[in-house]
Amino acid sequence: MLLARLTEANGAPGQEGEVRDLIRAEIEPYVQEVKTDALGNLIALKNPDAPGPRVMLAAHMDEVALMIVGIEGNGFLKFRPIGGVDPRVLVAKSVVVGSKKIPGVIGSKPIHLQKPPERERAFTMQELLIDIGAKNKEEAERLVKLGECAYFTTKYEEFGHGKVKAKALDDRVGCDLAIRLLKEDIALPLIVAFTVQEEVGLRGAGVATYQAKPDIALVLEGTTASDVPGTDEHKHATTVGSGPCITVIDRASIPHPPLVQELFAIAEEEGIKVQVRRNTAGGTDAGQIQLAEEGVKVATIAVPCRYIHSPVSVMSKDDYEGAFKLAKSYLNRLQEREASR
Amino acid sequence: MKTVIKQLTEAFGPSGYETEVTALIQSMVKEHVDEVKTDVLGNLIAVKKGSPDGRKIMFAAHTDEIGLVITHIDDKGFLRFGTVGGVGISTLVGNRVRFAGGAVGAIYQEKGSWKELTIDKLYIDIGAENKEDAQKKVKLGEFGIFHREFEDLGVRLIAKSMDDRVGCAVLIEALKKIDAPKNTLYFVFTSQEEVGLRGARTAAYGIEPDLGIALDVTLTGDMPEARRMDVSLGRGAAIKVKDSSLIAHPKVKDLLVDLAEEKQIPYQMEVLDAGGTDAGAIHLTKTGVPSGAISIPTRYVHTPSEMVDIRDVEACVDLVVALADKDLTSI
Repeated sequence: MLLARLTEANGAPGQEGEVRDLIRAEIEPYVQEVKTDALGNLIALKNPDAPGPRVMLAAHMDEVALMIVGIEGNGFLKFRPIGGVDPRVLVAKSVVVGSKKIPGVIGSKPIHLQKPPERERAFTMQELLIDIGAKNKEEAERLVKLGECAYFTTKYEEFGHGKVKAKALDDRVGCDLAIRLLKEDIALPLIVAFTVQEEVGLRGAGVATYQAKPDIALVLEGTTASDVPGTDEHKHATTVGSGPCITVIDRASIPHPPLVQELFAIAEEEGIKVQVRRNTAGGTDAGQIQLAEEGVKVATIAVPCRYIHSPVSVMSKDDYEGAFKLAKSYLNRLQEREASR
Repeated sequence: MKTVIKQLTEAFGPSGYETEVTALIQSMVKEHVDEVKTDVLGNLIAVKKGSPDGRKIMFAAHTDEIGLVITHIDDKGFLRFGTVGGVGISTLVGNRVRFAGGAVGAIYQEKGSWKELTIDKLYIDIGAENKEDAQKKVKLGEFGIFHREFEDLGVRLIAKSMDDRVGCAVLIEALKKIDAPKNTLYFVFTSQEEVGLRGARTAAYGIEPDLGIALDVTLTGDMPEARRMDVSLGRGAAIKVKDSSLIAHPKVKDLLVDLAEEKQIPYQMEVLDAGGTDAGAIHLTKTGVPSGAISIPTRYVHTPSEMVDIRDVEACVDLVVALADKDLTSI
């Protein structure tokens, strides 16, 4: 299953190669052109010469990760987060490190040795180390290079009532949706950009857009859901199972209002359950895409994911299918409109 | 001029949803310019063609205002909201809001101390009796603004969204006075300034100006126990030296000062610690654009009661008019 393979692949910001290779192999039969640009974005073109507006689908390949920044005398690895990682979720998690996928465990001082004040608080990133079972520093240095990243080892799994648990759903679910849409029979000039370095500041998307010159862009994302016990309902950004969400504003963009309205109208007509993203924080590649050159009409469609930026997040398959259907219906209508010109 | 300011400041236009303002401006300027168009991000661009030996000047004043967006409707019909742009929490309690669809409401807070007030503890009451009733009046994701009327106090004026409708008014009045300018003038009424200077960036990319000038409000320091700032109401147009988005190009700053001296236009220098303007986006366009700003001194910025002095506004108009014919070969 493609989504399983995508989430189980590793790709820290700036180190998206493994994800990129997987996607490239997957999409090559369906596109006329595909290239990797200077920043590492994978940009595919389908029907580049067809009539109609140039539509870009964008999803980022990178995931938050832990970068190895030091090797201690006893062979333990020091690390720092790349992208937003909560240090409280890290203790005792299994990881793999670097291109050789060296297995490791995130270790900490055992509880019986912690002083009372230490027990009252979470460990900081500086107090945690990755244990790769090395004999000593020399052996660790042979296995791991500074600057390589550690990733959670979570396997993709379907569970419960139509739910999926996996790592890196942000944004491999978007990559998966983009690939599925690319395989559909769509006659519009389609640009599919799998972008890099979103998690560290929407860096790939701007340069990808500059090359692709789209008129319209749909950003496909995994976004935060906060529908867990103990949070007030009015603080729920999104809820899992209430459909894909459409962004009206976040910190990086105000999606093109007519396009947003059209997506809501399509959802209503097609009976696709959707939700408004009810939080103004966060940002997606849409922020950079809309500002490229003289501006691009953007919208973001996102699948709600609980426990985002952690070793395992949870989404609903219905929300995911809803996101696909919504994007597909939009593209179909755009194509029909173009055909009836 | 006051009528134009009243009409503009009473219009609805939170960031991203500026069409009511741009439509109003379009109706005011279309007779006086050679071309007028809107672009993808919602900028309105009005062009006055110059002579062949002139250069391209982009003037930018933003149409958007700070506002809010509905994030939740509860069972009793109360709304929760997020902010659009830099909204100060202390300005909200007891204030009124108006939404895109016309609904009006009052903001109040849950119980608790002022010191611990956060946006999560505020709500909007639109007079709905329950959720269904509220949903007839507003929608999740709908944008709103602070609802306040314009007041004419004589030489001084109070209104919401003086930031930056007064800048728009300066450009509108200036373009009406300019006939056959030397330079080609792009009057850009920009979108989404309050959320990150966004409209100006894409507009400047298309225009490729030789000179960029933002018309925007700036803070003053002439109130009781005010934060130190050597800009006062009534002392003239403020010529920007720097803010956090821009260090005005020295030649542009000097050009504006020389022009003000030459035409005897009252002016003051503006050094702004925090805050930015569209010139911050314009000057970084493509290979760079020499840029500066003419600012309208304004008290109580980002509250529903922003105050300007009409004499400063008129000085800003005069400076824009003077710049239209200025020889720019030295820049």
